[in-house]
Amino acid sequence: MIVVNVSKSSKIDRMSLTLLAIESSCDETSAAIIEDGTKVRSNIVASQIDIHKEYGGVVPEIASRKHVELIMPVIDKAIKEAGVSKEDIDGVAVTNGPGLIGALMVGLSTAKAMAFALGVPLIGVNHLQAHMSAIHLEHEISFPFVGLVVSGGHTSLYLVSSYTEFEMLGKTRDDAAGEAFDKAAKVLGLPYPGGIEIDKLAKKGNREAIPFPRPFMNSSTLDFSFSGVKTSVVYYLRKHPDPNQEELQDICASYQEAIVETLVKKTIIAAKQNDVNSVVIAGGVACNSRLRELSKEELEKEGVSVYIPSPKYCTDNAAMIGSLGGFMFQKGDTSELGITPFSTSRPKYGRGRGGQAKNA
Amino acid sequence: MANIETIEMQLKNTNETLKLGEIIGKSLNPGSIIALVGDLGAGKTVLVKGIAKGLGIEEEPNSPTYVIMNSYEGRISLYHFDLYRVSSEDELFGIGYDEYFFGNGVAAVEWADRVEDIFPEHTIKIEITIPESDGEDSETRRDIRIEGKSKWVLSFKNTAEQVFPTLRR
Repeated sequence: MIVVNVSKSSKIDRMSLTLLAIESSCDETSAAIIEDGTKVRSNIVASQIDIHKEYGGVVPEIASRKHVELIMPVIDKAIKEAGVSKEDIDGVAVTNGPGLIGALMVGLSTAKAMAFALGVPLIGVNHLQAHMSAIHLEHEISFPFVGLVVSGGHTSLYLVSSYTEFEMLGKTRDDAAGEAFDKAAKVLGLPYPGGIEIDKLAKKGNREAIPFPRPFMNSSTLDFSFSGVKTSVVYYLRKHPDPNQEELQDICASYQEAIVETLVKKTIIAAKQNDVNSVVIAGGVACNSRLRELSKEELEKEGVSVYIPSPKYCTDNAAMIGSLGGFMFQKGDTSELGITPFSTSRPKYGRGRGGQAKNA
Repeated sequence: MANIETIEMQLKNTNETLKLGEIIGKSLNPGSIIALVGDLGAGKTVLVKGIAKGLGIEEEPNSPTYVIMNSYEGRISLYHFDLYRVSSEDELFGIGYDEYFFGNGVAAVEWADRVEDIFPEHTIKIEITIPESDGEDSETRRDIRIEGKSKWVLSFKNTAEQVFPTLRR
């Protein structure tokens, strides 16, 4: 075995682009060191999920306070684990939305201070677009592809035509898929995070036991609606209160199937409409085992390859921010230090092309 | 509290909830605050979609549960809050809720009963209830209770009666 030992600050290595990336849009405080948008030197995630479990949901202000406590230790650890020094950092990439304003503010303020102190550019990164960029950390993928971002706060379809060009094709008109999982789980008396519990129970249940609705599933719109299926669980429990374990498994399996089938069908429509042969599924709900299984099954039938990042790059993480941030930096798409956080993925910000460093 | 009035009505389906929201939206002024109460699936977000339309907003609001607040621009700006994951006024201070409550827009607040102390006297309270199932259409029906300052309630009632004749008694 030949070992080439290149010192981390050697001339050759300096040709590469080293970014510090920071993510704090919701539950996780995360920092990463990413090279050239593709190589993960470190990716540290401090989850606040244990705190949230006590409350049965995400508690925003607690989230902001914990971010303040965790952010510097997490950044220090990311730098140390990557074996770089602060002087090696060529830029600071940070999520500036969408997410909880108070939580975003912590990461963004820290990133601005570090970029200013180090005298390097700041790159404001869109969290949803970054979820799809996570795929570049593990796979080579050709453009264009269709991206489905599905998480607690978001459900959107994109056409991705380059490393930095994203066009929103559709999004949820009411609840996000992850929110629909979490809210149904609460009605069913399951612990937080509800999506994971439903996934577990669904494995033993009958997917066809209850015909929950699948809104818009066969229409040509690429928008989603999950409010109705959530409400249908409320109605179902009114008529069939206190389900036993077996019934609960059937409810979970049927409910999950309604959501997953809608996600997969819409993704197929998007892929066909845009004539692409690859699809990326990303975001926290991409960890759902049935979504992984059914999307592969159904899309491969259509001759479309499915790429899903590893679970650690599906849930919120800074590595994905460093990936998109790296490509934006290479394109010269850096941000002013005055950028502000934004909460929503509404058309003004999210629909249309381009990274989203300078607006907000 | 002598100058407070209440209206109770029944809506047949989502379309009527949207319609009611639109009439409410048209009746609002800068600084109006709507406190919405109702179970999961009652139709709070649907009512806010109608309110947005009445305020001349082109975008269709979606659930702000995750981000706590979304803002929309129209004839009057709409600040759409969701307190589903909020448990105290302290937490709301962190996102500067007072700027939106006491500014020039309309604040519509879902899950308002989770943090009751923050609402000023002129708040319009709307409670949506899913009736006990007793027939085929019971799933889509909703019972609505609207409470507000007499002056607003009476003028709203005059307009609403033209669309919902059952209000005329």
